[in-house]
Amino acid sequence: MVEFQFTEEQEMLRKAAREFAEQVVAPLVPKMEETDETPEEIIKGMGERDLLAVTIPPEYGGLGLGHVARVIVLEEVARVSVATAMMLQVFHLGIDPILVFGTEEQKKKYLPALARGERLATVAVTEATGGSEPTACQTEARLEGDHYVLNGRKVFITDVHLADVQVVFTRTGEKEFTTFILEKGMEGFRPGRYEHKVGMKGCDTGELILDNCVVPKENMLGKPGDGLKVALAGISETGREGIAGCALGLLQACLESSTKFANERILYGRPIAKLQGIQWKIAEMAVNLEAARLLTYRAAAMRDKGQRCDVEMAQAKYFVTEAAARAAKDTCDIHGGYGVMNEYAAQRYLRDAQVLIPSAGTSEIMRIVIARAALK
Amino acid sequence: MQILVLVKAVPDPERANEITLDPETGTVKREGIPLVINPLDRNAVEEALRLKEEKGGTVAALSMGPPAAEGPLREALALGVDRAVLLSDRAMAGADTLATARVLAAGARYLGDFDLILCGAESFDGGTAQVGPELAQFLGLPHASYVTSAREKGGLLEVEAKVEDGRKKLQVRLPALLTVSRELNRPRGLSFSGIVRARGKKVEVLSLADLGMDPSRAGVAGSPTIIGDISTPTTTRSGEIIKGDPEEVVDVLVKKLTEAGVV
Ligand SMILES: Cc1cc2nc3c(=O)[nH]c(=O)nc-3n(C[C@H](O)[C@H](O)[C@H](O)COP(=O)(O)OP(=O)(O)OC[C@H]3O[C@@H](n4cnc5c(N)ncnc54)[C@H](O)[C@@H]3O)c2cc1C
Repeated sequence: MVEFQFTEEQEMLRKAAREFAEQVVAPLVPKMEETDETPEEIIKGMGERDLLAVTIPPEYGGLGLGHVARVIVLEEVARVSVATAMMLQVFHLGIDPILVFGTEEQKKKYLPALARGERLATVAVTEATGGSEPTACQTEARLEGDHYVLNGRKVFITDVHLADVQVVFTRTGEKEFTTFILEKGMEGFRPGRYEHKVGMKGCDTGELILDNCVVPKENMLGKPGDGLKVALAGISETGREGIAGCALGLLQACLESSTKFANERILYGRPIAKLQGIQWKIAEMAVNLEAARLLTYRAAAMRDKGQRCDVEMAQAKYFVTEAAARAAKDTCDIHGGYGVMNEYAAQRYLRDAQVLIPSAGTSEIMRIVIARAALK
Repeated sequence: MQILVLVKAVPDPERANEITLDPETGTVKREGIPLVINPLDRNAVEEALRLKEEKGGTVAALSMGPPAAEGPLREALALGVDRAVLLSDRAMAGADTLATARVLAAGARYLGDFDLILCGAESFDGGTAQVGPELAQFLGLPHASYVTSAREKGGLLEVEAKVEDGRKKLQVRLPALLTVSRELNRPRGLSFSGIVRARGKKVEVLSLADLGMDPSRAGVAGSPTIIGDISTPTTTRSGEIIKGDPEEVVDVLVKKLTEAGVV
């Protein structure tokens, strides 16, 4: 039988995540919106409350809580700040390839400090040649004796200015791709420009510049030629799952602020919640939120069981982000003119929702993955 | 230092607007609202944990409540208390502050000797601020209420506490009971590692029989308080514009505020 209930422990984790979101993150959201900078307190708080240790097993200093727990955390953080949840989801994404493909030495070297939040991780795959076509990668890694020399430029990398450890996808031959663990401070490693996005203000996104970057051979993840497997496994499961988790929190926030406003706004002597036209929008949001939760938590539960779930994650990522974007538009509409004023969060939801759509693969790419599986 | 901290399960203050009153039965209806640790009790737990970290010892959490109060006690375990005990029995229901304090006193005695008992100055739902002092009385302990700072020095506690129009400083000999204000500290958040560490720990549940207590001294039966009436206050707002030159206006305003008892 199917169990549609969170465990008591998972409910408590949700509560802990909500406390973090409301006590630590919420007070800093206005500043993030205004300055588009990442507050240090948020990153510190993530480490202190063990938000970075969720997916790392206890033998490497983590909590081993798994992916359902991870989605719970992302949902709760995104409910308050999608920008913060996005940074968190990519910290997890950066940890993932080391966890799955790292050698014992690599795991021992990196994971404990990542679990404690003393160091932070990210993944750099996308280049200006197109995120949808990773094999167009131009960043090159050349073997020179006992080390590789990397040259190239990555774009749109989340947490690039924050992360100490970066899993980087490179070309090592005409049709050969290889992934390396790079570290801040390596010769020739330099985060570049900071991107200003329409939404997710305060979430770090930017360039990574590799200028004759010297990387020891032992920093390779997997074997030469494993690059696509290593990079895509993380993005297809952990990355899509993370974005779906962010979108879940956004949907929840849309529903909460819409119902609050609809109950408080009086027109024709009654709250607008009494108007059927408003109720239809609310009903749409409520049912989409439930469907979104089912898709996302099911895929996460499959992941926890060690089952292949890339298609399920694509379904979740596609459905939830698109539903969140529609819900954010409806939330603005329900707020009338207030929906476009900075004093209300509705406009932030709309801007944040659009940023989720291309992240970790566009809706077109998701539908290609889904259709390929359906047509098999 | 052996510390006991009282933890009351109250309806989530975030959802206070869902609480309604039943004027027929004179009771508060809070079905379906999740229970949380009473906010000021979080300050009490924090102080207990801080003292333990500083001086060693153990912290036990004690609550009287329905079976659902286990949830908030599990949270106390996740925050770091060593032991959590729930006094729960049908015959404990409907207790006023006197019967509550009497049952808590029996629970405290059952658990052993403590150097310090801490609790929130008042509960978010009942808000009488009576249970702490009553418990101290039952246990024959000195107490201080609305404590804003506390420092232990050779068996004496140097305490600052809020009083109506200021603060007072006192020395309290241990063992003692303190009821705490929110200014005392900033409660730590629930951490994931705390939740994982508390996995093996269980909330112990004790009945009146376990405490060896006569049911007539607990719950409704043991409560002399009779609720005469219960109602939701209606608030009305009115605006008034005071006109005149600034000095006159200020005089009128001060007079009005004084009459209203605001200043
Ligand atoms: C906020 C944010 C954070 C990001 N973080 C990271 C990160 O941490 N690490 C990282 O490596 N990358 C990151 N990315 C990059 C992201 O993965 C890419 O933006 C995404 O894969 C799309 O790539 P692109 O922007 O180059 O668009 P393109 O690939 O150029 O796509 C352009 C358009 O073509 C469509 N398209 C492409 N192929 C097909 C097809 N076969 N059929 C139909 N339509 C198609 C796309 O759907 C899109 O509409 C991030 C992006 C954003 C916006």
